[in-house]
Amino acid sequence: MEILTILIPVSLGLGAAGLGAFIWALRNCQFEDPKGDSQRVLSDRWDDHPRQDPPPSRD
Amino acid sequence: MADLTASAGYQPRLGACPACDAAPLAQRLADRAEAERPASLILSLPGAHCALCITDVERALTNHPGVRGARVNLTLRRVTIDAPGLTAEDLVPVLARIGYEAHELDPQALSATTADRAGRDLLMRIGVSGFAMMNIMILSVAVWSGAEAATRDLFHWISGAIALPTVAFAGQPFFASAWASLRARRLGMDVPISLALVLASAISVFETVHSGHHAYFDAAVMLCFFLLIGRYLDHRTRAIARSAAAELTALEVPRATLLREGAEEVVAVADLRPGDLIRVRPGGRIPADGVVAEGASEIDRALLTGETMPMPAAPGLALSAGEVNLTGPLVLRVTAAGQDSSLARLTALVEAAESARGRYTSLAERAARGYSPAVHLLAFSSFLGWFWATGDLRLAVNIAAAVLIITCPCALGLAVPAVATAASGRLFRRGLLIKDGTALERLAEVDTVVFDKTGTLTMGQPRLVDAGAIPPDLRPVARALAEASSHPLSRALAEALAETPPAVLDQLTEQPGHGVSGCWQGRVVRLGRGDWLGAPDCDNAATLSSWLGIEGQPPLRLDFTDRLRPGAEDCVADLHADGRRVILLSGDRAAPVAALARQLGITEWHAGVGPTEKAEHVGRLAEAGARVLMVGDGLNDTAALARAHASISPASALDAARVASDMVLTGQDLAPVAEALVIARRATRRIRENFAISFGYNVLAVPIALAGFATPLIAALAMSTSSITVTLNALRLSGKTR
Repeated sequence: MEILTILIPVSLGLGAAGLGAFIWALRNCQFEDPKGDSQRVLSDRWDDHPRQDPPPSRD
Repeated sequence: MADLTASAGYQPRLGACPACDAAPLAQRLADRAEAERPASLILSLPGAHCALCITDVERALTNHPGVRGARVNLTLRRVTIDAPGLTAEDLVPVLARIGYEAHELDPQALSATTADRAGRDLLMRIGVSGFAMMNIMILSVAVWSGAEAATRDLFHWISGAIALPTVAFAGQPFFASAWASLRARRLGMDVPISLALVLASAISVFETVHSGHHAYFDAAVMLCFFLLIGRYLDHRTRAIARSAAAELTALEVPRATLLREGAEEVVAVADLRPGDLIRVRPGGRIPADGVVAEGASEIDRALLTGETMPMPAAPGLALSAGEVNLTGPLVLRVTAAGQDSSLARLTALVEAAESARGRYTSLAERAARGYSPAVHLLAFSSFLGWFWATGDLRLAVNIAAAVLIITCPCALGLAVPAVATAASGRLFRRGLLIKDGTALERLAEVDTVVFDKTGTLTMGQPRLVDAGAIPPDLRPVARALAEASSHPLSRALAEALAETPPAVLDQLTEQPGHGVSGCWQGRVVRLGRGDWLGAPDCDNAATLSSWLGIEGQPPLRLDFTDRLRPGAEDCVADLHADGRRVILLSGDRAAPVAALARQLGITEWHAGVGPTEKAEHVGRLAEAGARVLMVGDGLNDTAALARAHASISPASALDAARVASDMVLTGQDLAPVAEALVIARRATRRIRENFAISFGYNVLAVPIALAGFATPLIAALAMSTSSITVTLNALRLSGKTR
């Protein structure tokens, strides 16, 4: 049962990491335009070279 | 809300949860971002739908000099442009060149930020409770499969450490609304929810401290999670409807051309004062009530009276806001603007009509009204019963908590929002925007449909009856004359003769209020009103008509009819096939109304009906027991729209009519109206089914809880299966099949 002292913190830590990622995404406004994001991935505009100027902030 | 969480003792724990720190921080960040936001333009892009559209629009805009950045939001079909110093007039043509329709949106009118923040807040709570639920579930499964003694206690302690802050944070929307309804001395759905959350947490803490067998931490957090999903769906449906409705309003940026000491100046309509002189161009909508000071023209009053025939306007004539100036420029002296205008007077009429309609109690409210007292009574009597039978306080409280958890309206809280989201999403795709939360349920009860004529069943645009009536040698002349005017009859004539090359005419002049004249091969040719051309018995007002005169020949009469709205015939036929009573109420004269009614197969029609009579007519139908759906677009329909059980107006309707109605048709087609009735009835049936399903689960599970056999495992099973069944049942509605 000593294994619990490792497993429980590990499982909590993994969960907390997921939650942290979710909160980070939420605060970065990544849920503002789900439909657009699913389409943007198809665009080949920046395939050859990455975008130089920083993208404008989302509305 | 704050004092409740503080009194429950949860406040000190808030720091343990990262999201609790994040929520206020996110709000501060959002506030700061808003303050520092650069001067940006928002354009609506109704045509954008794919990856290519995004790339095209963004590339075209960023290549335009002066634009620092552009970003398309495909979900909202909008583009936000960061371009200091540029206006929408500069950028709309840029998009028009690459084939995208764009409209300026008033950023102030949109004000979507508060709704967004509420949605983000709910998402954050869903995320936190989802995380907590999963972790507690891992521990609970171990307990259910037989963890004993110290291990079980340890697991309970860890579960508690996760669950208590989660319930305190994620349950806030329920606590706040329960507190509000208690203060108003009502028992809403949120009172039993909050009670279940608090009681389940408290009894679990007590059991954990005393090394008890059962702790309901997982149930409390799961309850939060499922109910928050329902809350979020509800919020999203409303937010989409609200933003689309706001977009319709933001599309019309109301402006007027003010004449001040001879100079023209464009001002907002709200800034007009009585006595101001304003200029109204041909084709423009009259922005405020006024009296014609100079100029002659013709006025289209269709939106106010339903009359299709334009009316001549001369100095001294009083005009109302909302009418359309047709042929000549007019200068108007404003008599009333803003609050005193006829539009505002009509709003008072609408308010009176709305109070006559009474408040509709939604299915969910009716369910909650019966449900909340029953649940409280059940839990309390089980507590009393067990305490009296065994004298064991701990057991009695445990069983009462189990009853509350089992009966908690997880499925009820999810049943209505899930169905509403599925149904309104489907209707939105078909071109019908639902503005009001209970509109869907009211629509389902409709048995009588009342249509307005001009602008609703018809487009309010005339069409030439028979182009063959014009002799072939005169067609080029007729087209050339017609193209010289912006009068709707002239435009219809030009459209009908689009295949004919126009003749070359000299001295083309338009006489506002009369017609167009020109010189063709040395002869005077004229197109216009019968009395201007000296036509015999030109008083025949049964149909819209215009006259074509060639010097030396008797004038030729051209008849026009109003164009049917696409889908109108199918819509009326579908409604009849469905067994609904269809009535046509119009402010227009009897002859055109009768002709239209015959064409569409409507047997019940009334012509020459004024605005108040329309509302009274709808009121009489309601008193006779009919549930009326009013479909109309004009100011004359506004009171009737508000009075009816449910109401729909097309997007081309006046602002006032759109505000008064529950639903707005976003496209031109009228066919979605008949379909909406079918979908609404199916949605209501789904809601009832969902109520039945969750009631069924309760009937099965409550006796187990009352008997004291409800373990946390049974509670978790009952809760999740009923929630999932209800959601799946709701999703059947958004399927492709009819």
